[in-house]
Amino acid sequence: MLSSIMSIINTTLMYSTPLIFGAMSGVVSENAGVVNVGIEGIMTFGAFVGAAVGFYTQNPWLGLLSGSLAGVILVVLHAVASVNFKADQTISGMALNFIGPGLSLFLCRLLFKNKTTTTRIANKLPKIFGLVDVTVLLALLITILLWFVLYRTKWGLRIRSVGEHPAAADTLGINVTKVRCTSVIVSGFLAGAGGAAMTLGVVSQFTPTAISGQGFIALAAVIFGKWKPQGAYGACLLFALAQALAVTFGGGRIDIPSEFLSMLPYVLTIVVLILFVGRSMAPSANGKPYKKGKR
Amino acid sequence: MQRLIKILKKPITSTFLAIIFGILVAGAILFFSGYSPIMAFNTLLKGIFSRPKYVLKVIEKSTPIILTGISVAFAFKTGLFNIGAEGQYIIGSVVAMMVGVSLRLPAIYQVPIIFFAGMLSGVIYGGLIGILKAKFGIHEVITGIMLNWIAFYLCNFVVDSQTFHKPSTMRSLSINDSGFTTLFYKWKISKEGIEYLRQNKWLSEVLLKTDINAGILLAVVVAIIVWFLLYKTSLGYSIRAVGNNAKAAEFAGIGVKRNIMAAMTISGAICGLAAAITITGVSPHAIYKLSMFENIGFNGLFVALIARTSPIGCILSGLFFGALNYGGNALQMDLGIPSEIISITMGSVLFFVALSGVVPMVANKLAKRREKNVE
Amino acid sequence: MKISSEYAVQMKNITKNFGDCRALDDVSIEIKKGTIHAVLGENGAGKTTLMNILYGLYQADEGEVYINGKRINMKNPNIAIENKIGMVHQHFMLVENFTVSQNIILGKEVVSCCGILDMKKAKEEIDKIVEKYGLKVDKDAKIADISVGMQQRVEILKTLYRGADILILDEPTAVLTPQEIKDLIEIMHRLIADGKTIIIITHKLKEIKASSDACTIIRRGKYIDTVDVKNITQTELADKMVGRNVKLVVEKTPAKPGKVIFEVEDLTVTSKVHKGINALKGLSLKIRKGEILGVAGVDGNGQKELVEAITCLSKVSSGVIKINGNKIQNTKPKNVIKNKISTIHEDRQKRGLVLDFSVAENVILERYKEYPYSKAGILNYGEINKFAKEIISEYDVRPEDCVNMQIRELSGGNQQKVIIGREIANDPDLLIAVQPTRGLDVGAIEYVHKILVEQRDKGKAVLLISLELDEILSLADRIAVIYDGKIVGEFLQEEVNENTVGLLMAGGKI
Repeated sequence: MLSSIMSIINTTLMYSTPLIFGAMSGVVSENAGVVNVGIEGIMTFGAFVGAAVGFYTQNPWLGLLSGSLAGVILVVLHAVASVNFKADQTISGMALNFIGPGLSLFLCRLLFKNKTTTTRIANKLPKIFGLVDVTVLLALLITILLWFVLYRTKWGLRIRSVGEHPAAADTLGINVTKVRCTSVIVSGFLAGAGGAAMTLGVVSQFTPTAISGQGFIALAAVIFGKWKPQGAYGACLLFALAQALAVTFGGGRIDIPSEFLSMLPYVLTIVVLILFVGRSMAPSANGKPYKKGKR
Repeated sequence: MQRLIKILKKPITSTFLAIIFGILVAGAILFFSGYSPIMAFNTLLKGIFSRPKYVLKVIEKSTPIILTGISVAFAFKTGLFNIGAEGQYIIGSVVAMMVGVSLRLPAIYQVPIIFFAGMLSGVIYGGLIGILKAKFGIHEVITGIMLNWIAFYLCNFVVDSQTFHKPSTMRSLSINDSGFTTLFYKWKISKEGIEYLRQNKWLSEVLLKTDINAGILLAVVVAIIVWFLLYKTSLGYSIRAVGNNAKAAEFAGIGVKRNIMAAMTISGAICGLAAAITITGVSPHAIYKLSMFENIGFNGLFVALIARTSPIGCILSGLFFGALNYGGNALQMDLGIPSEIISITMGSVLFFVALSGVVPMVANKLAKRREKNVE
Repeated sequence: MKISSEYAVQMKNITKNFGDCRALDDVSIEIKKGTIHAVLGENGAGKTTLMNILYGLYQADEGEVYINGKRINMKNPNIAIENKIGMVHQHFMLVENFTVSQNIILGKEVVSCCGILDMKKAKEEIDKIVEKYGLKVDKDAKIADISVGMQQRVEILKTLYRGADILILDEPTAVLTPQEIKDLIEIMHRLIADGKTIIIITHKLKEIKASSDACTIIRRGKYIDTVDVKNITQTELADKMVGRNVKLVVEKTPAKPGKVIFEVEDLTVTSKVHKGINALKGLSLKIRKGEILGVAGVDGNGQKELVEAITCLSKVSSGVIKINGNKIQNTKPKNVIKNKISTIHEDRQKRGLVLDFSVAENVILERYKEYPYSKAGILNYGEINKFAKEIISEYDVRPEDCVNMQIRELSGGNQQKVIIGREIANDPDLLIAVQPTRGLDVGAIEYVHKILVEQRDKGKAVLLISLELDEILSLADRIAVIYDGKIVGEFLQEEVNENTVGLLMAGGKI
């Protein structure tokens, strides 16, 4: 009994970690008023670069950093298009969902003898006390840090102001473009880290399905968590818990087809939304390009 | 000069420019990876156009994504992002397959019933998103994503179930052949048919090596119907009014919730239709496990965005998408270029479409400079 | 123009274009230190654009800006702030879900170390300014929860917190009660006494007379004159502003009211903004055929909720709304229109129009399902265009060939004409006009007033809700004053004056 509870907790934390990175990525950019539907693509690219660098350098930490930076490189496209050129944020974000996985597999085949998976890494990211992945702790720390930055520092005040009322921020001499760009870049960094956390912490190699939908679930978690770091964190945990339950009770332990158990997290999310959350309020200027001097 | 400015201001111009730039980026990536972009482009074109079989294959592959593209575009007109098109397509396939396998009626009943079943399941699945949005205010992106995964697992369950699983494969049973919509199906597997085709090489390639079916014509008809619905009917009017300004529509007595539900229902129906066309028209007339990774619905998002949500435009952008995807295989086989270069190309095209608001701006600048010169 | 440090601000030969439209054409202005200087002009004359250039929000295409005799390149608001300029915008630039103090410090935050906010110290600094100028505010309240008058104080505090010596106030009195206006003028004088310079943008002549030392008039982007306010009358100012003689009164014959057609009885509506509070607290009113009932009041006293309740955009907790004897409360907007109530909403772009639709598509917004505009679900564009052309010619919408133009491309006045045409074409029994002249130029205002009187003379009931007291006083046959969710006084037009209504609007008793 105790051991199965432990295993549920462990699995929950393991599944939630990449989601949390992805969700924090969404929280940062959407609080600054930029929707990032490309998290999935960025995570895939981060997952590949993380695994590849982790394999070549034998250093998972270097892998994690490279994965994050890969996320930054990719997200710069989105930042430039949507913030500087006021492009449609859905379209330019969506582009990343094609470019990210495409580039990952393309480079993977070039570097790993035309295979779509990287060679397994020898050194995974360490576990704390041999129990939980270090990335679990990192995800928690990032959430707390993000909460602190958003609600207790001047940068947070500025990020939220350009997401709520960019014109007001502009009249106070805040550079809306700069704040938004920075937030989107941080968003890419976190999403890249989330992808790398998956391949360096959980599965130890990149496969085409290493990231399959986590970026989109993260996007949903942002909305579910009402655009707050703590809320999105909770949403990710809840979701991962449902997944862990499905895994633990699947495999013939109870007499329900495993496919239906696998649906549990998704059904649960919808039910919870119907019962408890309801209409959620996005930052007022979320998704809207800021045009100066618009008449 | 003035003509140039006029051309630049047309939306189709910037879309073409986006495509050209996207292809250039892909070419650059190939060049730096040590491949010849010219050769790659050549091979790609050959892989699409060099044989009638290829062209027909492209059309066959494009048909469902044209339709999912129209579905997504339609939902966009009400201001909804139907990321759930994937789930609506999967559920449509699952139900169409189940009905097609279970029933054995004459074609005249079998085919319409399969189509009806596929569309109805799409309607229910899309309508669910609409209801949750309208009644509970739940964001359609969340429900869409969740329902996609539910459909995915449901599909796996059905494929693995005793009733529908085809032993020692990854797929379900094929539907009964009275439900096939492949053109001349009966004739081309009949003795005379095979005999006749053996003498005519061109025709045998066209008919035997492809699953040529009437789907593309249906897709074109749907595009025209959707265009008509949107711009010539009162329902389309109210849907567009809600999409452009829900508050004004509400104030004028137009039911916002009703229109959201209507739009999602129709959007789901189109996805279901796409599924039914594929099941009845394309062998093996069955569904696979891991249906999600075919991305038919997801690619519809791409098609709709490239077409700038124009239903007619979806035909062109869907064919473009299908051609690139199919031609990409030739790159892999003939030149050993990873076929993922195609995803990169498409992503870049999409990226430049996002940027294409810049083109009319450039046109305006040109126009202004011209005025100054005249002065 | 001689550049001198005697002047706080000198703007020389400013020209600014927006696309093809020339907003400012060679405008120059000088503002002496320590004075209150008014910039007068109609809506759209270019006065706000001029001030936005001074504040660095827009860049002038030509011309120079001098602050205290020094040429400054106003590239962005930061430079303006560095030069001790502060601006209070007409539409407040406040982040709704931030607190008052967060709004004040935004962009010039008080931090302890590593960017961590020190709100305690920030509040102390705010307190110092509050005491010096008597600008009391609740520092921890959310902006969404405080009155408009308070929000304005927050805006003024924002500029003072940044150490502004030159304050630009854009239409500061538009949303205030007469009492609040008096307070504001007092605060302005206190600021002047402390050595500040104030520029006030307005089109209200009375307030210029009451507050300002000098006044610069701008008309259609061109500089007209600068005058000493002491030596000029209101009528003279008005003539300069408009460029022709304007009638300040609306021409109309006495009303011939018929039977009561529309009634609101004891209406209670809960507030959407402030939880647990009623926005309407037992409001009652009656309107007869052939009369204009004007509801006067300061913004935020329940006008919005009243309109939303009548048009069924929101539910009422108790009370009855009746037209022609039919109860309509808590039904659907569609039912309201069917019962022959038409509404000209104050926010025409948000509630009145679909900006991406053509003019023709907009005129059928309420009747797209009706014959002959659609038949069996198919739209008949021939009839739709014909209907649109009728409205365009009857209401003189410009440009004449705008049937298939996006309505976004029309000017505000012409958009309003399309809405009015559409609503009157419904042949309503009750016409509700909410702030119908907001943001329109004088010509368009006169036109709208004329139409409302015409409708009254045709025997329609008209409910006019406006924040412009002058508009109510000159147009309405009967005047009801709304305060704190109730009607606190009702008068015939001829038996009341501005002072009485103003007093009631501010919550006073007669």
